[in-house]
Amino acid sequence: MTWDEMRPLLEQACSETLTMVGLSSLVTAVVGLPLGVVLSLTDRGGLLPCVVVNKTLGALVNLTRSLPFIILLIALIPFTRWAVGTSIGVDAAVVPLSVGAVPFFARLVETSVREVDHGLVEAVQSMGGGVWAVVRKVLLPESLPSLVSGLTTTVIALIGYSAMAGAVAAGGLGDLAVRYGYQRFENGLMIATVLLLVVLVTGVQVVGDLLARALDHRGGRAGHGPFRIRPRMPRHPSR
Amino acid sequence: MITTTNLKKAYRSRGRDIVALDGVDLHVREGEVFGVVGRSGAGKSTLIRCVNLLERPTSGTVTVAGQDLTALHRRGLRAARGRIGMVFQHFNLLSARTVQQNVELPLEILGLRGAQRSRRAGELLELVGLADRAGAYPAQLSGGQKQRVGIARALAGKPRVLLSDEATSALDPQTTRSILHLLRDLNRQLGLTILLITHEMDVIKTVCDSAALMRDGRIVESGTVAELLATPGSELAGALFPIGQVPSGAGRTVIDLTFHGDSTAQPVISHLARSYNVDVSILGAAIETIGGLQVGRMRIALPGAFEDNVVPIGYLREQGLRVDVAEPERARSSVTASAGDPAPAGTPGGPR
Repeated sequence: MTWDEMRPLLEQACSETLTMVGLSSLVTAVVGLPLGVVLSLTDRGGLLPCVVVNKTLGALVNLTRSLPFIILLIALIPFTRWAVGTSIGVDAAVVPLSVGAVPFFARLVETSVREVDHGLVEAVQSMGGGVWAVVRKVLLPESLPSLVSGLTTTVIALIGYSAMAGAVAAGGLGDLAVRYGYQRFENGLMIATVLLLVVLVTGVQVVGDLLARALDHRGGRAGHGPFRIRPRMPRHPSR
Repeated sequence: MITTTNLKKAYRSRGRDIVALDGVDLHVREGEVFGVVGRSGAGKSTLIRCVNLLERPTSGTVTVAGQDLTALHRRGLRAARGRIGMVFQHFNLLSARTVQQNVELPLEILGLRGAQRSRRAGELLELVGLADRAGAYPAQLSGGQKQRVGIARALAGKPRVLLSDEATSALDPQTTRSILHLLRDLNRQLGLTILLITHEMDVIKTVCDSAALMRDGRIVESGTVAELLATPGSELAGALFPIGQVPSGAGRTVIDLTFHGDSTAQPVISHLARSYNVDVSILGAAIETIGGLQVGRMRIALPGAFEDNVVPIGYLREQGLRVDVAEPERARSSVTASAGDPAPAGTPGGPR
């Protein structure tokens, strides 16, 4: 296979992967974030402890997370058809991808939110802030760097999951590698796909790390991040 | 300004009931700085957290500025908390916000508009002397600066009451002093009522008008500093003002004298020596300013047993001094700083 033959295939697969991962990442962030916050708030010792809600959501999250993705992909076909009107193609893959990633991200969100210093929560309560104020002013902003890292991990997991989307004819880089690289012994294409995936994953990780670091003002690394302004020197001329 | 009546708080932890507050009656007058001192585990932290209901007491009532907080529901309680400022041992500043934004936080919760918020935050930072650090993040500040931000933030909603939960315990002595002076200034300038808890006697000595000693969830002693110093055998007075332990030996009578108010300036001892022709040995003495009050304390020994010294001791009492006689035979020793007391941290014992 020549480069000219490979290029259109790679371009199309790339755009399919990016569309699938992009859309499902968006859905995951929008659904997983509140779900994770609710999980942490309703937990014992949380701000709105509620065993029933917590256990129900927790069980649902665990159930989804224990299914291998390829099984989830097939099992969800009726749901997918109901949700997006089709069970094949990129749109159809976004549904199981999101369903698979939401619980994963929600657990990461739950952990990040739980790690916020409880003293900060009390500070806002002592100012007369309610639960919503605590979530909006403390839990989310203070865990933002950690949330960004969690989303980065989730997006990378989604790139991995998307390799199986060929099972519902959604294409993508993984599907290309299986059909051409593996089944037709096109080693050149296989290597090209792998390289593209490596670049994609590395790119996501690097951007995620940079963003997380830029958002982190907790010190220790002050002045070393790429987007940071050096802190002013202490105002003691003697030192 | 702050009144708690029969406040009780019990926890259940690992199947055991723990009583943190065992019927606390506290009364803080308007405009005073009231210090609660005690060892860790005495329940003082629970007490201050019950005052703004960060912890709900098991029973009893909390009244702040005439309002019974324990009777309020969510919304009312949130509004009431907005009128009570609180500063914390570990500052509890949001790391993702700048100094200015941290001070604006309570104003956001109160629903002020952007321009009003930034103007008020500017004033407050000016008040605590940090106007030039408005754009810095907490991680770039020293401990003392962080606590100043914490204080500015606590004052944002113009509270009449400030609660201070070990606000200086994470700071070095010099910074502690400057923060305490700031609190004292705010108390005087704004008429702010301050309830603070601490394990350091120095804090009480530096800023408090009144103090209470807590032990095992109860208030053991309480009163204005002057009252405490005038109370015979007061543990707090002894701990505030330790002059060391000197046993009453045979053939001499050891007496602790506490001077406060006008008596501080009187030449009582030389007068005593001249009028009654007794040889007075001074074993230890100290003079300090406590809560703006000049207080002196002296331990002297008079020759002879207690019976031989009734007249000179009567004279000392007449002069308006507090007189505690240490006499081992009758076990009427005036306890100053016994082992069970909260450690008078940073207070050098012995004569100065």
